[in-house]
Amino acid sequence: MAIGMARAVWNYRGFVLGSVQREFQTRYRNSLLGAAWTILNPLSMIIVYTVIFSQLMKARLPGVDSSLAYGIYLCAGILAWGFFSEVIGRSQSVFLEHANLIKKLSFPRICLPLIVVLNASVNFAIIFLLFLGFLVVTQNFPGWAVLAVIPLLIIQVAFAIGLGIILGVLNVFFRDVGQLVGIVLQFWFWLTPIVYPASILPDGIRPLIEANPMAALIAAYQGIFVYGLWPDWLSLGPVTVLAMMFCLLGMRLFRKRSGEMVDEL
Amino acid sequence: MDSIQVVQVGKAYKQYPTRWSRLAEWLIPFSAPRHQLKWVLQDVSFTVNPGEALGIIGINGAGKSTLLKMITGTTQPNAGQIHIQGRVAALLELGMGFHPDFSGRQNVFMAGQLLGLNMEDLQALMPDIEAFAEIGDYMDHPVRTYSSGMQMRLAFSVATARRPDVLIVDEALSVGDAYFQHKSFARIREFRKAGTTLLIVSHDRQAIQNLCDRAILLAQGRLALEGAPEEVMDFYSAMIAEKEQQTVRQERLDNGKVRTISGSGEAGFTDIALLNAQGQRVEVLEVGSQAVLEVTVDVKQAVPRLVLGFMIKDRMGQAIYGINTHRLDRALEDVSAGERIVYRFAFPANIGKGNYSIALSLSRFDSHLDTNYEWRDFALVFHMININKPDFVGCNALDADLSIERLRQAASV
Repeated sequence: MAIGMARAVWNYRGFVLGSVQREFQTRYRNSLLGAAWTILNPLSMIIVYTVIFSQLMKARLPGVDSSLAYGIYLCAGILAWGFFSEVIGRSQSVFLEHANLIKKLSFPRICLPLIVVLNASVNFAIIFLLFLGFLVVTQNFPGWAVLAVIPLLIIQVAFAIGLGIILGVLNVFFRDVGQLVGIVLQFWFWLTPIVYPASILPDGIRPLIEANPMAALIAAYQGIFVYGLWPDWLSLGPVTVLAMMFCLLGMRLFRKRSGEMVDEL
Repeated sequence: MDSIQVVQVGKAYKQYPTRWSRLAEWLIPFSAPRHQLKWVLQDVSFTVNPGEALGIIGINGAGKSTLLKMITGTTQPNAGQIHIQGRVAALLELGMGFHPDFSGRQNVFMAGQLLGLNMEDLQALMPDIEAFAEIGDYMDHPVRTYSSGMQMRLAFSVATARRPDVLIVDEALSVGDAYFQHKSFARIREFRKAGTTLLIVSHDRQAIQNLCDRAILLAQGRLALEGAPEEVMDFYSAMIAEKEQQTVRQERLDNGKVRTISGSGEAGFTDIALLNAQGQRVEVLEVGSQAVLEVTVDVKQAVPRLVLGFMIKDRMGQAIYGINTHRLDRALEDVSAGERIVYRFAFPANIGKGNYSIALSLSRFDSHLDTNYEWRDFALVFHMININKPDFVGCNALDADLSIERLRQAASV
C-alpha cells in the first residue's frame, strides 16, 4: 500500500515539482524585481531581528556577552518556527483549497501535502542560507555543530506534516479545525521559548514547556546557533516518537477517509 | 477481456442528522452508525468491449456524472466493482489545472503532468499539441488573455495529445466553434478506429447515434435500458414526454428494430398508409415519384387542440424531413370525442435509395414534449429504389444539372 502510494507519487513527480516551481513563480510574477523579492523579504526580516533588536533596543541574552546573541537566538527560533507553522497552516487547508482538482481529476491526492512541504522547504532554504551567510559575515558561525540541523529538520518536517495531514483531513469534515488551528498556533508560539529565553520563566510554567514537543526542537536550534553546541539528543526523544506517531496516524486517517473526502468536498 | 467492466456498482452519500453526529460517530467506539445513506446510483452493471463506443443517456441528476467519476477513479463506489483495462483519458473538465497567469505552453506542461505524462513525453508531443490547437502566437501568452474557445482548444489538445485506451467524453465537447468541434470529433473517430474504447455522455441524439454502438439509459440512479442507440434514444425521448402519467411501451418489429409508443391516449392512430402516385398502398417508392402519407386518427376524448406531425428518418435514425400541422398553420381546434380525421401529406419523394422509417406524433402544441396524445416510432417503414435517375449517393435527390465547357485544347504532342 505504502509502496503503491510511493510509486504513484513518483509517477506524478513532474506534477509535484512543477507545482512547487509554479507556486514559487506565481508570487513574483508581474513584479518588476521578480526573483529579487525572494531574497529581499527574508533579508529584511533577519535585519529587523538582529540589527534592530540587538543594536537599537539593546536587548541582551542573559549570560551572553555578544551584542548579536539575542538577534541570533531570535532568528534561530523564528526561522524554525516559521517553517513549522507554514507546513501546518498550509496543509490543514490543502485539501479544501484544491477541492476542485480533487473532485474532478483522478490523481494521487497525497501529492498535495507533499507539494506543501516542498514549497515550505524552498522558502525555508532561502532564508536559512541567508541566515548562515549573515553568521559567516558577522563571525558568529557555529562550526561543525551546524550539521546537527539536518536531523533536526527531518524530525521537524515529519512532525509537521504528520500533524498537518491529520488536520487537513479533519478540516474537510469539520471546518472548525481550520479556525482552531490558527488560534492554537498563536498560543503555541508564545508558549515556546522563541522570543524569550526559557530561563526567565517562573517555575510554575516549566512543566508546560517541557511537555511542549516544539520547545525541545527550538531549544536545539538555539543551542547550535547561539552557543555552537550539539543538541542534547535525548531531549529530542519524545518529539521524534510523536512525529512518527503523527505520520502513521496521518497516513492511516488519510487512506481511510480519502474516498469519503471527495464526497464531502 | 472487457475494456470496462462495471459490476453492480452503487454510490451513496452519507447524510448526518446534525453536524455533531459525524463527530460522535467517529469518536465513540463501537457506536451504531448515525448517518443515513442516500443512494444516487444503485446496482448498475454493464460491460464495454475494447474498441466499442457506449453512449450514456439520462436526465440531469440521473447519476451520469457520478458514474463517470467512478469510472475515471475520482470517486470510489460504495458497492460493486469497476475494472478498467488500459489508460483512461476523460474530457470531462477541460482546462482543469490551467493557471491564468501562465502562458499556454507552461499550462500545457502543468495540465499534461496532472494527466500523468512526464516532461519528455510532453516535450515530444508539444508540436502536435500546438498544431492541433491552432492558437498561433497565443501559445506563449498568458491564458487569461485567451477567449474561452481558445482555452477549450488548448485543453482538448492536451487531453487528447496521446491516444488513450479508454476515452470518456462529456457534453463539454459542444463548446468551441463549429470548425473545432468538427476537428475534435474527427480526432475522436480516429482514436476509435485505432482501437480506443469510447464512453460518451450526451443528450444529443445525433452525437449518440453517430458515434455509439450501444447505449444505456440511466433513470433515478438505476440502469433503465440497454440497447441500440436509436432504441434507447427513442425510449428516452418518450420518457421525457411522459413525465409520469403516461405509459411508454416498446415492441420489437420483424426487422429487429424496436418501436416505441407512448402518449396519454386522448387521440390515437387507427391507420397509417403510404400511397404512391397511383393511390396504391406501397412499401416501396421510386426516387422522385409523388407520394402521399395518409394517417387516420380517432379521437377518444375531446381535446382543445390537435397537431399531427410526421418525421422521415433514415436507417441510422437521423431525421431527413419532418413537419407538423401546427407549423403548416392547420392545427385543429376543439376536437370532440368520437371524431375520425384523415390527414393526407402529399410530397415528392426526393430522397435517396435505402430504408426509411416514419415517426408520427399527436400533440397539442408544436412539440410532443409538452402534451403528448400519442407518439409512435417506426409507424411505417418503407424502401426507396432508384430506377429512372442516375445512381447518386446520399439521401437528397437534388437532381444536379450538369454543364461542361472544355476551354482549352490540350497541346498536341
